[in-house]
Amino acid sequence: MKWKNLIKVAFKSIVKNKMRTLLTMLGIIIGVAAVIVMVAIGKGAEKRIQDQIASMGTNLLTIFPGSMQSRGVRMGPDSGVQLTLEDVERLKRDATLVQAVSPMVRSGAQLIGGSGNWNTSVWGVSEQYLEIRDWTLSSGEFFSSADIRAQNKSCVVGQTIVKNLFAGDDPVGQQLRVRNVPFRIIGVLQERGQSSFGMDQDDLIIAPYSTVMTRLSGHAHVNQILVRAVSLEQMDQAQAEVTRIMREAHRIPEGGDDDFTVRNQTDIAATAQETSSVLTMLLASIASISLLVGGIGIMNIMLVSVTERTHEIGIRMAIGARGRDILVQFLIEAVVLSLSGGLIGVLIGFLATWIVNMATDWITVISPTNVLLSFGFAGAVGIFFGYYPARKAAALNPIEALRYE
Amino acid sequence: MSDPQAVIRTTRVGKIYDSGEIQVEALKGIDLRIEPGELVAIMGASGSGKSTMLNILGCLDRATSGDYFLDGIHVNDLAPDQLADIRNRKIGFIFQGFNLLSRTSAFENVELPLLYSRHLEGQDLAALTRRALERVGLADRMHHFPNQLSGGQQQRVAIARALVNQPAMVLADEPTGNLDTRTSIEILATFQELNRQGITIILVTHEHDIADYCKRIIEFRDGRIIRDQKVAEPRAAARDLETGHWQASGLGERP
Repeated sequence: MKWKNLIKVAFKSIVKNKMRTLLTMLGIIIGVAAVIVMVAIGKGAEKRIQDQIASMGTNLLTIFPGSMQSRGVRMGPDSGVQLTLEDVERLKRDATLVQAVSPMVRSGAQLIGGSGNWNTSVWGVSEQYLEIRDWTLSSGEFFSSADIRAQNKSCVVGQTIVKNLFAGDDPVGQQLRVRNVPFRIIGVLQERGQSSFGMDQDDLIIAPYSTVMTRLSGHAHVNQILVRAVSLEQMDQAQAEVTRIMREAHRIPEGGDDDFTVRNQTDIAATAQETSSVLTMLLASIASISLLVGGIGIMNIMLVSVTERTHEIGIRMAIGARGRDILVQFLIEAVVLSLSGGLIGVLIGFLATWIVNMATDWITVISPTNVLLSFGFAGAVGIFFGYYPARKAAALNPIEALRYE
Repeated sequence: MSDPQAVIRTTRVGKIYDSGEIQVEALKGIDLRIEPGELVAIMGASGSGKSTMLNILGCLDRATSGDYFLDGIHVNDLAPDQLADIRNRKIGFIFQGFNLLSRTSAFENVELPLLYSRHLEGQDLAALTRRALERVGLADRMHHFPNQLSGGQQQRVAIARALVNQPAMVLADEPTGNLDTRTSIEILATFQELNRQGITIILVTHEHDIADYCKRIIEFRDGRIIRDQKVAEPRAAARDLETGHWQASGLGERP
């Protein structure tokens, strides 16, 4: 029988039993829609994490003081050689694949200013820090290299400080006492919200590292050195170069262990992305199970349909239908069922994703591959679960089928 | 040793139903020859083997022994798909219960064998279908569904379906079994007319009054042919309808 006629026959029998068809398709509809919504939510979470990591600066290399190792026994962090301003200068001077370098000196401090007091962390960094992190200011300006040389008591504050001490008013030009040292506020950081690890990224003040080292932390070493590589593509080379320069600076002999650690943001990004990909996979596989259940529903209905239409199959065989004609007829019926269900499922999936987007603040990402894949999977489910009933129909004995009432 | 002359030729066709422990010999060496243009009634009580014979002649079943030539083709060794093609091209089936597809128009029912055909490339299937329906006088009922037609009309649709592929023979299994007497005679009149046009018709019945309208009567009992005789002067259904003679034929006496 020609394809056109086979498809016509399949559609006809599907239209004949509207209620049953709808219920059968419902399994596939829910399955496909679930896959699309779940994957959209998972992909949305992935994108959110990606954006956050990108905002942390993906070109970023962070150098931590490493743990000391003595005769194979590893000591805790801080036990070994500290990072110094000398290391920073060496990197600035020698590194070619590095765009900007900043030391980072961290200290906690009680602030007094505006309407009250507040405890926060103070970061001492260089004038290149904003560039390194891709951060921007919402008002005022950042300090300059001159401020660093002069150990000026200027600082830039985060939005949380503005809210808590200045009731949201622009505090530029105001005084702020940091552990009793008076600082002048010269700028305000753009709001950054919570980090993906739940930390308030706006609860900080930033000041020249020279000022922080002499006035607040009181020691000569730095906690971290932040390095921005010239490009994302050259991260690996930049990391190798930084490692080499640091080893030279610390006079580590050939074969000796590093006394520092260079951490690459892309590693963190990769880990986070992997985690969210696993989440997406998990959601997709849970949703796929409902698609599978939908397929079993199709098989069930097709088996009923074959039994119900045994007599019809007998007639068709008597007037010359080959086994293959019957097989293809029922197979097409199953595939038409599952593909129609798939199509409706895709539409409902889009709709549900849109509703999730509107009703919650979750980001959702519908990927065309995913839509095509779930639609294709629905078709495959139809073939897989339709084959057994179709083969059963094709294998009927025409005499018995004709006698069947 | 095929004989192109005969529509049907069987030599010592036997059929044994083997259900493991019990073996039933339904047919015991049937030799049969039916020429083109015959109108044959196959008679016999239930269990006589006539249904088995019909299934074998219709290529729905295969003989366990002997040879069967249909229109010169040795059918015994054919694969199921080839048997399906033979049924499609050489045989037109007519059943007691009409066996039309429900919720499918008369036109589509008649068209169905053409759709399964593999030798009609490029032909106007709709025209063939229309011609077959015209032949049985249903040109004005083409797009009716079976449930909108009377029993006689449904059976005529089935006859059109049997004719549409221009088969070598028409096999009718109790074609009047579900019809009242007058309609039965009408159907027989249609058969006689088609036969007059040259179509070979084999009609299975257990009623002598129906068989009286055929040119030859073959009777089965216990898996053998016990009677095979030409009817010198078959009754003419068309004339019986005119004269009303059928009312006295005894056909009305059926339960």
